[in-house]
Amino acid sequence: MRTELLTRKKIAHTAMAMAMVGGVLLWTGPSRAMDAADAPETVEIDSLAKLYTGVHFDHAMHTEIASCGQCHHHTTGDKVTDPNCVRCHAKSGEADTVACRDCHSRERFSKEDLSRLDNPQLYHIDKPGLKGAYHLNCVECHQKMGGPTGCQDCHGMTAAGEQMFHTGGHAPAATPTGGHSGH
Amino acid sequence: MKSTVSRRNFIKGGLAGTVAATVLKENTSQAASFEGYPEGMGVLVDLTRCVGCRSCEAACNQEQKLPQPAKPFNDFSVFDEIEHGQKRRTDETRYTVVNRYDVPGQDHPLFRKIQCNHCQEPACLTSCFVNAYTKTPEGAVIYNAKVCVGCRTCMIACPFYIPTFKYSSAFNPRIMKCVFCYDTRLKDGKPPACVEACPQEALTFGKRSELIKIGQQRIRETSGKYEDHIYGEHEVGGTAWMYLSSVPFDKVGFDTHVPKEPILNLVKDFLGIVPMVLTIWPALFAGFHLLATRKDWLKGKTEDDHEEE
Repeated sequence: MRTELLTRKKIAHTAMAMAMVGGVLLWTGPSRAMDAADAPETVEIDSLAKLYTGVHFDHAMHTEIASCGQCHHHTTGDKVTDPNCVRCHAKSGEADTVACRDCHSRERFSKEDLSRLDNPQLYHIDKPGLKGAYHLNCVECHQKMGGPTGCQDCHGMTAAGEQMFHTGGHAPAATPTGGHSGH
Repeated sequence: MKSTVSRRNFIKGGLAGTVAATVLKENTSQAASFEGYPEGMGVLVDLTRCVGCRSCEAACNQEQKLPQPAKPFNDFSVFDEIEHGQKRRTDETRYTVVNRYDVPGQDHPLFRKIQCNHCQEPACLTSCFVNAYTKTPEGAVIYNAKVCVGCRTCMIACPFYIPTFKYSSAFNPRIMKCVFCYDTRLKDGKPPACVEACPQEALTFGKRSELIKIGQQRIRETSGKYEDHIYGEHEVGGTAWMYLSSVPFDKVGFDTHVPKEPILNLVKDFLGIVPMVLTIWPALFAGFHLLATRKDWLKGKTEDDHEEE
């Protein structure tokens, strides 16, 4: 009887603990700030992968060489210091989300994306799309810091990519003269 | 019998009329200047963003079903190619080309994409006597091979040396140039293939009027990063494709001496006289001739009358 009660208690405790952990994991409340401890070790950036494979991003390594705000600009980390941003966002708190895709459009230059500019009040008329946001953020810093900047240094080319770039299995046969035909 | 108007005065009058017509034509042509389609689309090319990956070239080749290139599109040795003392140009196998410029004082090379700039008032269009070119309300300058006779005047007229001739099919004349992906994309409101392929968003697609605002915002808010000029806002009367650069435009291969007005303006005063010359002058000079010879004719007539008497 006693052992049974204990076991029951244990089960209840475990269930409660699991519920709490689950709650913490699922918690995406509006005011929660992102702590460095919450940051993932790695991030698979592959939602746009088509011509190139996704990027296996070593997030932990990058947190050691850059502050959160350097990549996540205003969404987390230190307050914004860019004079253009400070004009309006000096008192803005952290954003609810840190994912690039939540602000930067996957469907850049689609009719819906371009129709945002119909609003004459809109200040952010020049917000890059998701692909632009990734590359502008990463490549610019890699150029400054001496990180890898070649396309295939970060992501390998897919079969579709090789077809479009006429490379790999789709490479043109070597011609002795080289150069292009005609003029 | 005394003639009321001398031969000299006739000619003076004729010339004065021509000059008057020319001057009047000039005044009216300024007022009728075309400002471009208000909803026309365009692309803003930001040289500070381009990393020379050539994705735009590859995407264009695929979209426009152009021939296989001599080298893969991820072969960067093409940036060292020099032909006839020039960097790579558009030709019948490629509608767009990216060239590298090593500008002194810059810590990394700059890359410039060239393609048809889709002028607001295209010189190719105005020079074409069979109307093979059309400027669409969406902003593209498209070409109709069915009516083209292969005279290649457009190639000479273009201030950017963009249209090229398909010499491999000289008996079925075909001009090869960027058409803004009009048939496959632009007319459905989609960006051209090169823009979609660009990883760096060095190519921004949008309404031309909005792109100018975006360009101005980039110049204003990143003090010192850009030259204070959007190439194509006013060049040759404005182009749908425009450029931002961190160095003076002539350092990265741009022709900074192109006029700020459409090429058409340089010739339309002359072209305006052509119909007048062809229609008025024959009648005018026939009149001069008849009046000048009237005396002889009258003389002959009176002599005839006398003979009859």
